[in-house]
Amino acid sequence: MSILINKDTKVMTQGMTGKVGQFHTLHCKNYANGANCFVAGVTPGKAGQSYEGIPIFNSVMEASAQTGATVSVIYVPPPYAAAAIDEAVEAGLELVICITEGIPVHDMLRTRYKMQGKKTLLIGPNCPGLITPDEIKIGIMPGHIHRKGRIGVVSRSGTLTYEAVWQLTELGFGQSSCVGIGGDPINGMKHLSIMKLFNDDPETDAVVMVGEIGGSDEEECARWIKSNMQKPVVGFIAGITAPPGKRMGHAGAIISGGQGGAEDKLAVMEECGIHITRNPAEMGKMMKHILKV
Amino acid sequence: MKIHEYQAKEILRQYGVPTPSGSVCFSVDEAIAVAQQLGGSAWVVKAQIHAGGRGQGGGVKVANSVQDVGTHAGKILGMQLVTHQTNADGQLVRRLLIEEGVQIAKEYYVGMVIDRSKQCVVLIASSEGGMEIEAVATHSPEKIHKVWINPSSGLIDAEVDAVARQIGIPDAALAQARACLHGLYRAFVEKDVMLAEINPLVLTVDQNLLALDAKINFDSNALFRHPEIVALRDLDEENPAEVEASKFDLSYISLDGNIGCLVNGAGLAMATMDIIKLYGGMPANFLDVGGGASKEKVTEAFKLMLRNPNLRAILVNIFGGIMKCDVIAEGVVAAAREVHLKVPLVVRLEGTNVDLGKKILAESGLPIISAGDMADAAAKVVAAAKGE
Repeated sequence: MSILINKDTKVMTQGMTGKVGQFHTLHCKNYANGANCFVAGVTPGKAGQSYEGIPIFNSVMEASAQTGATVSVIYVPPPYAAAAIDEAVEAGLELVICITEGIPVHDMLRTRYKMQGKKTLLIGPNCPGLITPDEIKIGIMPGHIHRKGRIGVVSRSGTLTYEAVWQLTELGFGQSSCVGIGGDPINGMKHLSIMKLFNDDPETDAVVMVGEIGGSDEEECARWIKSNMQKPVVGFIAGITAPPGKRMGHAGAIISGGQGGAEDKLAVMEECGIHITRNPAEMGKMMKHILKV
Repeated sequence: MKIHEYQAKEILRQYGVPTPSGSVCFSVDEAIAVAQQLGGSAWVVKAQIHAGGRGQGGGVKVANSVQDVGTHAGKILGMQLVTHQTNADGQLVRRLLIEEGVQIAKEYYVGMVIDRSKQCVVLIASSEGGMEIEAVATHSPEKIHKVWINPSSGLIDAEVDAVARQIGIPDAALAQARACLHGLYRAFVEKDVMLAEINPLVLTVDQNLLALDAKINFDSNALFRHPEIVALRDLDEENPAEVEASKFDLSYISLDGNIGCLVNGAGLAMATMDIIKLYGGMPANFLDVGGGASKEKVTEAFKLMLRNPNLRAILVNIFGGIMKCDVIAEGVVAAAREVHLKVPLVVRLEGTNVDLGKKILAESGLPIISAGDMADAAAKVVAAAKGE
């Protein structure tokens, strides 16, 4: 078991004819069961073509109908990426993972509004994607640092997620699934919704939760954990040294109006029973410490 | 992206929000000419810098004669205006807004931001105008009123009327309140705004609503469809190193410490700053080279960090995923050579092709301090910055 995706998931790539889309689709196809998972690409006007043996269709609807794909990964450039999400939602896909960074916030507001009442789940945008080690990788993370196991990882970051995964792998802790939810202020699934899935996953024993400054997602997740989570959670928040009012790379990583500071988040997380560490080099060690293995 | 008050008011006027009459000036002569043109018996001379709190810093003065306008303009233009939002040196005032004086009966606050949790635009209004809304939220939260705006129907009249009454706008001015708030919302959506504030929105003694001060921040990710907004950018108001960084698609923010950091990825870059502090040092900057750092980008990143006279050491922390460690190592070696690096350089590489990357660093002949993990890297760079 794992969360959201596994070796049987059928995936299409939206924006597969671009350089970025091709590069990552190939890497994903070559990871674990990828050759059976990546079944379609979508680029309007390029139906009938193929890339690395993967057929290309004009629309998500067509790709889904022809191949049975229920999940989409999006590498479409920022001006058109929200429309690509809309198309996948309209087509009734189960899960959409939007890698694209730099989508205008107002586009995402409109897209999220249209998603209300629809069954489609969204991961991202501006995220590395998700992986279930040794089964399937959907996104831009380096596959080789992961190892199959029983720790869940959820994070707003890209490379900081890799850092957390690497520390776990080095200490002998494999991962059930690793989810990068993205660094934008308006996104799809948040820490909380992923945490619930890990809580329900019988093959996840504990979770590493990596957050950063901005917003209040980590606090909301922490409060839920306090009364509901049955598994230990290790937490880290990046940005203790970040000054207020400055956007720290990610559009969503900004302390504004006196809210979203790292210390406040850490205080709430600690109070809710999360095993926090202030040292980003010790996320793995903290997990080892609490699991006492 | 931030703009000046006078530019924000120009945008609001385009959307039907009334503001006092006035004009931007770059010299004392211009200020006097504008005051004469405006007529009347009172004027306001307002420093135009991007930071808030200008009045408390002495950047806003009322003049009761054209001569006074000239005197105030002469004092404010060219001053280093220090506010709680600037650094200790303040910001040089290069532009003034000269406006007609207004007789104020009551001040209100109205603003719009994006509510991240509810994923919609929220209108915030308060009877406590002219104060920082964060302070009102802390001390008198009951005086803050919010309307979460449905993206489909937009702001509706009933909502505007209700919130206007809650903050004490008299019924006689309700039609004007509608014009102001609908205008503000349309501007917010059409111009891809992240934050808009009219503080204060004033009721004049003759019962007119006017936006007396205005602030608008735009979504940098949406500037591709707003050349008219890009044209309003004032590079004098931005940190020169940050402006330079943006030309090379580097995300750079200057900080007060002396340890430069070069990292791939925003989250890891923040975590690197944090661990430097945890080990007793202070980061000189945030620098995310992004996912596709070339040799040229790394060289530019080094040059940016070296502009800082306080710099005592550099930490490069790369987790190679898509970016291969050997490529970044070649970039680091080339950059260190090109800039004739004099400060100690600690490099931590992990991920794709890490062994190849470490070999390139070791064989470069440069005095690069290699680190095993983030903790080792932080300890080494903090020691190096102290000259140990």
